[in-house]
Amino acid sequence: MIGLSAYLVLAALMFSIGLFGVLTRRNAVGILLGIELMLNAVNINLVAFARFHGDLLGLVFTLFTISITVAEVAVGLAIVIVIFRVRRTVEADRLDLLRW
Amino acid sequence: MTPDVALPLLVLALPFAAFLLLAVVGPLRRTGRPAGLVSIAAIAISFAAALTVWARELVAERTWGWIPADGGPIATVGVLVDPLANAMLVLVTLVALLVQVYSLAYLGDERPGALGRYYTYQSLFVFSMLGLVLAPGFVQMFVFWELVGLCSYLLIGFWYERPAAARAAVKAFWITKLGDVGFIVGIVLLWSATGTFEFTDLFEKAQANALAVPGLATIMFLIYLGAVGKSAQFPLHVWLPDAMEGPTPVSALIHAATMVTAGVYMVTRTEPLFALVPEVLTLIAWVGAFTALLAATMACVEGDIKRVLAYSTVSQLGYMMAAAGAGASPAGFLHLLTHGLFKALLFLAAGAVIHAVGTNDIFRLGGLFRAMPQTAVVFVVGTLALAGVPPLAGFFSKEAVLGGVWEAHLTGPFLMLALTALLTAFYMFRVVFVAFFGRAHAGGHPHEAPWLMRGPLWLLAILTLAVGIRLALGGGEAHEEAPGWLPPLSVGLATVGFVLAWAMYQRGAVDPARVAAVLRPLDYLARRRYGLDGLYAGVYRGIILGLSRLIGWIDRYLVDGILNALTALTLRAGDALRYIQSGRAQDYVYGVAFGVLLLFVWAQLWRR
Repeated sequence: MIGLSAYLVLAALMFSIGLFGVLTRRNAVGILLGIELMLNAVNINLVAFARFHGDLLGLVFTLFTISITVAEVAVGLAIVIVIFRVRRTVEADRLDLLRW
Repeated sequence: MTPDVALPLLVLALPFAAFLLLAVVGPLRRTGRPAGLVSIAAIAISFAAALTVWARELVAERTWGWIPADGGPIATVGVLVDPLANAMLVLVTLVALLVQVYSLAYLGDERPGALGRYYTYQSLFVFSMLGLVLAPGFVQMFVFWELVGLCSYLLIGFWYERPAAARAAVKAFWITKLGDVGFIVGIVLLWSATGTFEFTDLFEKAQANALAVPGLATIMFLIYLGAVGKSAQFPLHVWLPDAMEGPTPVSALIHAATMVTAGVYMVTRTEPLFALVPEVLTLIAWVGAFTALLAATMACVEGDIKRVLAYSTVSQLGYMMAAAGAGASPAGFLHLLTHGLFKALLFLAAGAVIHAVGTNDIFRLGGLFRAMPQTAVVFVVGTLALAGVPPLAGFFSKEAVLGGVWEAHLTGPFLMLALTALLTAFYMFRVVFVAFFGRAHAGGHPHEAPWLMRGPLWLLAILTLAVGIRLALGGGEAHEEAPGWLPPLSVGLATVGFVLAWAMYQRGAVDPARVAAVLRPLDYLARRRYGLDGLYAGVYRGIILGLSRLIGWIDRYLVDGILNALTALTLRAGDALRYIQSGRAQDYVYGVAFGVLLLFVWAQLWRR
C-alpha cells in the first residue's frame, strides 16, 4: 500500500519542476506549460487527500480546477499569440516594458 | 466718577483722542498742517486743563480694577494727582504745546504725509507721558514707560530714510530696554514680596515699617535700573547723544524736557520706598554725580550744537538723580522743572539756528548774533539759566541740588557736581561765543526764524526768567537749608567757566588747541566718548553676533547636515535599488516564490 506521503512528494516534485519551468523558460509557451504542471500538482494533492480522507468533495474540486485550467490555457495562449503579433517574439526576457 | 479726577482725565484723554483721530482717519493725517492743528488744539485744551488742575492744587486718586483676581484686582489703572503730578502735568503739556506749534514751521517743508505722521506720534507721546505722570501704580507706570520709549523710537527715526537716524532709533530703543528689564523684574519682585503695585498702599506700608522685605535693596536697585536707562545715567547714557538724529523739536520735547526726566520722576514718586534703602540712594547719588561730570567733559569737546545740548541734558539729569539720591528729591524735582523749561528753550533756539543755516557744526557757524539777534538773545538766556546765573531759574534749582547733596554729607558727589557746574558754564558759553559771536563764516543766508518758531522761544525765555524771579522772591524751601557760602560758590564757578570760555574762544588769549594738548589724555578720551560706545559695539559684536554665528553654524552644518545626509542616503539607495526592477515578469515571480519559501522556512523554524 502506497502511503499518502508518496503522493504528496510526487505533487511537490511536480510543483517544483513546474515552478522551475516558469522561472527559467524563455519561451512564453514554455512558461504556460510550467503553470500547467504546477496546477496539476495541486490536482494530485486534491485527489490524494480525497482518496485518503474518503471525502468526495476533493474530487469535485479537482474537476473544477481542470476545467478552469483549460480556460486559463486558452486565454494564456491567446495572449501569447497577440504578443507575438505585436512584438514578433514570445521570448520572456524581451518583454521587459515594465522595467525602470 | 468724582469731579475731582474729571479734569486730570480730560488732560489725559485729549491727546489720546487726537492720536486716535489722526491714526485712524488716514485722509486727515495725510493733509499735514490741518492734522497738526488738530493735535495742537487738543494739546492746548489739555494744557489749559492741566493749568487749572495745578492752580486748584488738586489732590485726588481714583483707580479702576484692571487685572481681576479673587482677592480684588491685581493691577489697576487710574489717575493719581498730587502736587508732584500737577507740576509735571503743566510742564509736559506746556512744552509739548510749544514744541508742536514750533514744529509747524520747523517741519513745514516736510511732505504733508510725513508731517501728519509726526503729529500722530507727538499726540501719542503726550498721551503716554501724561499717563506715566498720572500713574497710581507701578503697572500703569510701566506700560506708559514703554509707550514713551516707543514714541521716542518712532520720533528719533522720523527721518527713517537716513541710515544714521534709523540706527540711532534702534540704539535708543535697545539701550533703554536694557534698563527696563531691570525695572520690570524689580516691579514683579516687589509685588511678590508685598502683594501690591499701588503707590499709596506701598507708601502706607513703608510708613508703618511693614516693608522690611528681605532683598528690598536689590528690588529697589532693579527698579532704579529702569531710571538709569530712561534718564541716560552712566553707563547707559550712550543712546541720548545719538538720539539727536531726530528732528530738533523732538529732541527738545522728548530728549530734554520730558521723557528722559521720567526716570527722575519715578525715583521722586517712589521716594518713600527708596528712603528705606540708603545704600541704593547713595549709589544713585554717586552715579548721578559721576554721570554729570562725565557728560560735561564730553560736552566740552563736542562740535555739534545739538550734541553739546544732549550731553548737557545727560549732565543735568545726573544732577537731578544726585539730588534724589541725596534725599533732596524736591530739589531734584525743582531742577527737573526748570531744566525742562530752559533746555527746551535751548534746543528750540538751536533748532532755529539749524533751520536757518543748515548745519549743526558750531565751528561752521559764527556771527549769528547779527543775523538772528532774537534767537541769540533767547539762547543766551537759556545758557545763563543752565550755567546757573541768578536770577534765572537754573540758579536756584542747581543751588538747591548742591545744597541737598552737601547736607547729605556726600562730599565726593558734591565736588563732582561743583566741577560740573564750572564745566557747564564753560561749554555753554563756548557754544555761545563760537556760534553767535565768532567771526562770521560764509555759508547760507542766516535769517531770523518765522514767528511760529520765535513765539515759543520768547515764551520759554520769559518763563525761565519769571520762574527764576518767582523763586528768588518766594525763596524756595529747599535752598534755605543750604549753607550761606553756597550761592557765592555756585555763581563763582559759573563765572570761572564763563571767563575761561571767553578767554579761549572770544578773546583768543589762550589757544584751545594748547589747552587740549596739555590735557591730552582727557581730551583724547572725551573725544572718543570714553570708549563706551566702542565697548558696547564690541560687546554687541562679540556676544550677540558670536552667539548668532554659533547658532547659525549649528543650523547650517549640524541640523541641515543631518537632513542632507539622510536625503543623499535615500537618493543613493533608490539609485542602487532600482536595478532590481528588471521589468521581466519571471523575475517578479521568482521573488514571490522565494518569499513564499522563506515564509515556509520561517513557519517551520519559529512557529513551534
